[in-house]
This record gives sequence, structure tokens and C-alpha cells, in this order.
Amino acid sequence: MPGDDHLFLTAEEESMLAGEQGPATAMCMRLIVGVARANGAERLVPIESAHADGCLYHGMAGLEFTERLVSLGARVRVRTTLNVGSLDLLHPGLVRADPEVAENGRRLMDAHVALGCEPIWSCAPYQAGHRPAAGSHVAWAESNAIAFVNSVLGARTDRYGDFIDIAAGIAGRVPYSGLHLQRNRTAALVLDFSAVPAALLDDDVAWPAIGALLGEFAGTRVAALTGLPGDLNDGGITEDRLKALGATAASAGGVALFHIVGVTPEAPTLDAVLAPGATTVPVTAHDLRRARDRLSSAATTSLDAVSLGTPHFSLSEFAALARELRDGPSFSPSVDVFVSTSRAVLAEAQAHGYADAVRDAGGRIITDTCTYVTPVLSDGIRTVMTNSGKWAWYAPANLGIDTVLGSLAECVASARAGKVVRDERLWG
Amino acid sequence: MSGSGDKPVTLSGRSLHPGAADGVVLVLDEPLSFWGGVDARGVVVDAHHPQRGVTVAGQVLTMQTGRGSSSSTAVLAELIRSGHAPAALLLAECDAILVIGALVAAEIYGTSLPIVQLTDDDLARLHTGTPAAVLAHTAPRPATVIAKTR
Repeated sequence: MPGDDHLFLTAEEESMLAGEQGPATAMCMRLIVGVARANGAERLVPIESAHADGCLYHGMAGLEFTERLVSLGARVRVRTTLNVGSLDLLHPGLVRADPEVAENGRRLMDAHVALGCEPIWSCAPYQAGHRPAAGSHVAWAESNAIAFVNSVLGARTDRYGDFIDIAAGIAGRVPYSGLHLQRNRTAALVLDFSAVPAALLDDDVAWPAIGALLGEFAGTRVAALTGLPGDLNDGGITEDRLKALGATAASAGGVALFHIVGVTPEAPTLDAVLAPGATTVPVTAHDLRRARDRLSSAATTSLDAVSLGTPHFSLSEFAALARELRDGPSFSPSVDVFVSTSRAVLAEAQAHGYADAVRDAGGRIITDTCTYVTPVLSDGIRTVMTNSGKWAWYAPANLGIDTVLGSLAECVASARAGKVVRDERLWG
Repeated sequence: MSGSGDKPVTLSGRSLHPGAADGVVLVLDEPLSFWGGVDARGVVVDAHHPQRGVTVAGQVLTMQTGRGSSSSTAVLAELIRSGHAPAALLLAECDAILVIGALVAAEIYGTSLPIVQLTDDDLARLHTGTPAAVLAHTAPRPATVIAKTR
């Protein structure tokens, strides 16, 4: 355990903490320094950007904290983008929040904008124009975004959450600890997928299952995954797979960084990321099927809704969905289909005609929020199919419904058929 | 210190957030994400958690570490505000997501939820249902947990 207080602060940081740059900066520095001391950090590190998720309403504490910062005159000093809020500001009719949550949720979103944050309202900021450079230090919140920015982009963030994210944006620095330190970015665990059939790995449903397995095995540890295909320059296919993998691993475990050997930027080879004494676990198709089945709580094939876009749908995912929908029948009237995305991606999907393809088939697109953090689904809905391991992990508790995990193609086929349709042959 | 039996022993740990509290120990067998895992009254609702249905409110909650979503910070701050938070948190690993919840509640509500890091061995000596007294000074100064152990 780290022992004595070795935290070194620069003269500038001492001045910020002492209130010489205003009471809001001092309050944010008290949080940063409090965490630095708890972590045993030796110093702070300047950040290039922040992504804040405190704009989702969880209760009065978050609202009172943020409005306190506004009243003290705070402004962010680095680029700070915003995660989803409690409301769809573009399509207000889709969210059925109770009046208190709607009003306070709106106030909370407004307060974050008043602090100078960018209102992109997305849990996939990395696909909405905010892509930090490899090796840069950032302070990101939202567990899927943390996993993505560390693993896929190779920037460095520790696990930040509400309050500390906006405090970091305002103070412009964070404790130099956790995943900011190179020594904490090596893999103590190797998962070897070389025995899994290539056809299964080529199906998008394998990737949330890989994430669930990674979360289960790794917990909060850093792992390296070998034997997986991928190329981050393939037009978004690999990126979307790793987004699904990371989001599920962050939910099912506490994964904030993973390496795909030969694919992600810090792992050109296994040796480049291997920690001394790392253990290797071979993974089989059977293991993946078990992981998929853990993400499916429904016992029957009856189906009420389909939810896509957790984390927020990318343009390439919209393109894939539009391809699935081309020349086919509309969705069954008994199945509600929702796609969650960012307003930035929606504008592009609109321009490409993908958004109309979804709407023409009977789907609804929501922005700025997500179908499992705010009331979007109708009351009578019992069973929901999703291609998102994260959605499948959280929705049973959040919404009191049953879930079925499937590929994008299976979700579309099921929405058309009005019942769950899955291809079991792949799983052997 | 052998410590088994009726006599309480004093465990020394590292303070992650200052405060003092008395309560009854609740040992969580698996890490818990407060967000999505605990309802507004402090009841465990995570369908995947083996202790679904137990309440963490007012307990000296012990677990290896937190798990999952970064929104757990806000959920903990809200539980502190509404009076449904644990009395204290005892962890084997520093979990900044929970520490921040306590720091923020201290800033805006003047509360002081003690969070203490214990060694794995000391954490394993605590068992559910026994009373414990927790005293944590300002981090990183020491903290003590007085409890009956096994």
C-alpha cells in the first residue's frame, strides 16, 4: 500500500488550491488533490482534454454540485465534451421522463454547457469528433469511452466519473497515477482466442461475448488478447467491434484498458505489453457461447422491442444497418425498434440516407441520451433484443425487462419476424 | 494479534477519505457497481450479484473494490445526501470512483463518510453481522477499524 504523503504540487497548483484563481478552481483542486492523496500519486499531470459524464441526472447531489460551480464562475480550461444526458433535446417526445427528472435533467445539462463544455451528448465521443492523440494524457469519464480511448486510441486516462471529470476540465490536471503511468498499462493476463473458429470471430455478435468473457476473467486488470483478427484502418469494422468489446468488458468487469495484439496501438507484439509473470488462458467457442448466454435473460422467443446503439451508433454501424434493411420488409408492428446515436453522427447518417432507411422500416432514432438511462421504452415491454453487451448487462436491473443478445443481422431479422430469431450454427 | 473469539481487535489501514462511523459489517462477496447495482434506498438490485436484495444503507460495507460504471460516484453522493449510504467503506484496493463521491458530499453537504483501505488479509478477517468502529484521518494518514474478527 502507498504510505506517506509524497504529493508534490507546483507553485501554480499551490496557488490554485489556495484560491488565488477563484473559489471554483480551488474547489476542483481539493477534489483532484484528495484523489491524488488517496491514490498515492507523487504529482499531478496536465491534461489535453476531458470527457464528462456528470450531465446525466442521478439526483440532487450532482445538480447542486454543478450549479455551485456555475455560481462560482467556473469555466473549463481544456476541451471538455459531454456524455449523454437524461433527455433527447432534439426529439423530446421520445423520452417519457417524470416532470422532476425532466426539469432537473435539463438544468443539469444547461449547467454543464454554462461551464464551457461542448454539448455533443454522446457516450461515443471518439466517434463524434473527439479523438485524442496516442500517448496524450486526458481525463475521460464513461466506462466504455475510458476503455476505448485507452485501448483503441492509445491515449492515457484513468477511470474518471462524475464530478472529478468536470473538476479535471476546470483544473486542467489530474493525479499522475493509475493508467497515466506506463508501468500500469502492461498485461497481467493473456486471453488466447486462436482456437475459436474464424467464422465466429467474423460475426459481430462474438465481440460483446468476448467483452463479457474479458470482464469476467480480468476484473479490473489489464489483459492482452491474442488470436483475434482486426485492422483499425478497415473503415470502422474493427473499431466498432472493439467498441462493443470494451463497453461490455467495462460493464461485466471493470476493464479500462485492453490490448489486442497486432491491432491496438500499444501492442504491436505480445512482448510489447506483457507484464512479468502474466498468465495465459485459452478461450474456446464454448466459453464465448456461455458468455453470450449470460447476456440473454429471456427464456422464450417472444419479443417486444429491439435496442441498438449502446454505445451510440457510429456512421459505419448505420451503414451496416442500412445494408441489412435494403430491399427487405419493414419491422413487425409488434416490435418497437430504437437506435441511439449522437446528434453529430445522426447528421451524417441523414446525409447518407441511412437515417431515412431506418425510419422507413419503422425504427425510431434517439439522440443525446440512451434507451436504458431514461424512460424511452413503453410500459408493456417485457423482452428486448440488442446487439449491445452493455445494454444487455444493465437493462434487466435498470428497466426490469429481459434481454436477448444477438448480432445486428439477428436483431433486424427478429424485428421483422416479431420474435427472436438467432443463428445457433455459428456457435458449434 | 490473534484476535479470534469475542475480543475486538484494531486493524490499521490507510485512509482514503476521512470520517468516523459505527455500524455493522456487511461483507460483499463480489465487487458491486453502485450505479445500476444499488437502488435509491441502498438495496442491492444488480441481477448478477449474489447478494441481491441486501441493503448497504448504514452498514460498514466491505468489498475488494468497486466495479463498473463511472456513474457510481454520483450514486454514492446521492445516497449520502438522502441518508441511504453505507456508514463506512472498507476496501482492499483504492477505488477513486467511490472516494470522489465522498469528497463531493463533503464539499456540498459537509458530511464525512470514512473510506479505508485494508490489506487483503485484514479485510478477510471481517465478517458480516459484527459491529465495527471506523476512524479515518485525512488521507493518506492512518485509519483504524475496531471489530471482532475471525
